[in-house]
Amino acid sequence: MNGPPPLTPAARRILAKDRATLARVISAVENRDPAIVPTLRALFPRAGPARIIGITGPLGVGKSSVINALLAHLRGLGRSVGIIAVDPSSPFTGGSVLGDRIRLERRPGDPGVFIRSMASRGHAGGVAAATLEVTRLLAAFGMDIVLVETVGSGQVDVAIREIASTSVVVLVPHLGDEVQTLKAGLFEIADVFCVNKADLPGADLAAKDLRELVSLAASREGWRPRIVTASAREGRGIGELWAAIEAHEGYLDAGEARALAERRRISAELLGLVTERVEREVAEALASDPAVGQLLDRIVRREIDPHTAAAELAPPARRRSRRR
Amino acid sequence: MPAPVREAPIRVLIAKPGLDGHDRGAKVVARALRDAGMEVIYAGLRQTPEEIVEAAIEEDVDLIGLSILSGAHMALFPKVMTLLKRRRATDIPVFAGGIIPDEDAARLRRLGLKAVFGPGTSLEQIVTTARGIARRRA
Repeated sequence: MNGPPPLTPAARRILAKDRATLARVISAVENRDPAIVPTLRALFPRAGPARIIGITGPLGVGKSSVINALLAHLRGLGRSVGIIAVDPSSPFTGGSVLGDRIRLERRPGDPGVFIRSMASRGHAGGVAAATLEVTRLLAAFGMDIVLVETVGSGQVDVAIREIASTSVVVLVPHLGDEVQTLKAGLFEIADVFCVNKADLPGADLAAKDLRELVSLAASREGWRPRIVTASAREGRGIGELWAAIEAHEGYLDAGEARALAERRRISAELLGLVTERVEREVAEALASDPAVGQLLDRIVRREIDPHTAAAELAPPARRRSRRR
Repeated sequence: MPAPVREAPIRVLIAKPGLDGHDRGAKVVARALRDAGMEVIYAGLRQTPEEIVEAAIEEDVDLIGLSILSGAHMALFPKVMTLLKRRRATDIPVFAGGIIPDEDAARLRRLGLKAVFGPGTSLEQIVTTARGIARRRA
């Protein structure tokens, strides 16, 4: 391809820092409106891999308060901040109460902040399907740092790792004994641990358990998770938390790590996008393609088995792309 | 993720302008709209008109619901409407609930508020009205 794709009017307005346009494009991404793809295409090469800091951890540990404290800290350093706060959608009604905004304080009209609440809309893993794309929009809008607050996470909600360049796992004292820290899942994805509510007794013990966990584990590609104790409400430890995040970002920049992580993230994203396309195509074919209908009939008559039929329906990705 | 594009949920901002601290009504309404399948951005207590309009624009909501019990509605609601006009966001409809005398409600409707609910309004009526007045996506 020669040169970046042409700017759409919406892309031009986002680059010119038009907040209302950014907000509407975010909605279009959330609503999977295909008309927005040319705008995404135009913006993609115009923003490099951004600093995307994932803030995750169980329900009630103070993720919003940590983000609020980080927001104040980063604005003090003159860095612009985009925030995506994800809350769950009801599996029953699809409705959602997005309440993270309440805890975020900022100067009215501060152009260096953009906050967006996002419902998970049935997506598993603690984020929404649109979250990654929206981090890119915020970067294109000119935000230096994007903070992503996940849904209050269970032990296996690790999807933030496919989005964030640094993942912070927020915990509080007395979440469980040290064996909890050995368990798989959430504890494995932390680049930084933040023991919040350190004004409560037991914070030192929690930090000690985490230090043991980290010392037992092999370093992951040359990075050992940092452990910070903080009290977001009192504003204590937030400078240290940011320093630990910066240290991880610095580690990413020092070698190949950032490029490797970006490659891994894009690989996961491509898998998702291609799966979605194939799923849609196959669903349509199953519903309306007469040839596929005959294939179904043959399976019903036991003339062919489902595995063979599936192989016929889903040609390998590379053959597909060559055909185009 | 399966790709059936469902109709986009209605996004609604629920906020309490001014200084009164009674947010039970706002919470009950937020909950009812959630149960009706909407995405409710709950901005909570003590919001300035500026904050409300900023949040409505950033969150790209289809509807704003204001709750007030303090009696300051005639000072605060017109300010919200003016700011929406200034930000060219008058396509976002606004409704309100709280302790609002009838004559004030009529004046607020003339200012552009789409509905004003007093005590005793059923949640069903609020949900139906909210659905009816919410901005439609292009």
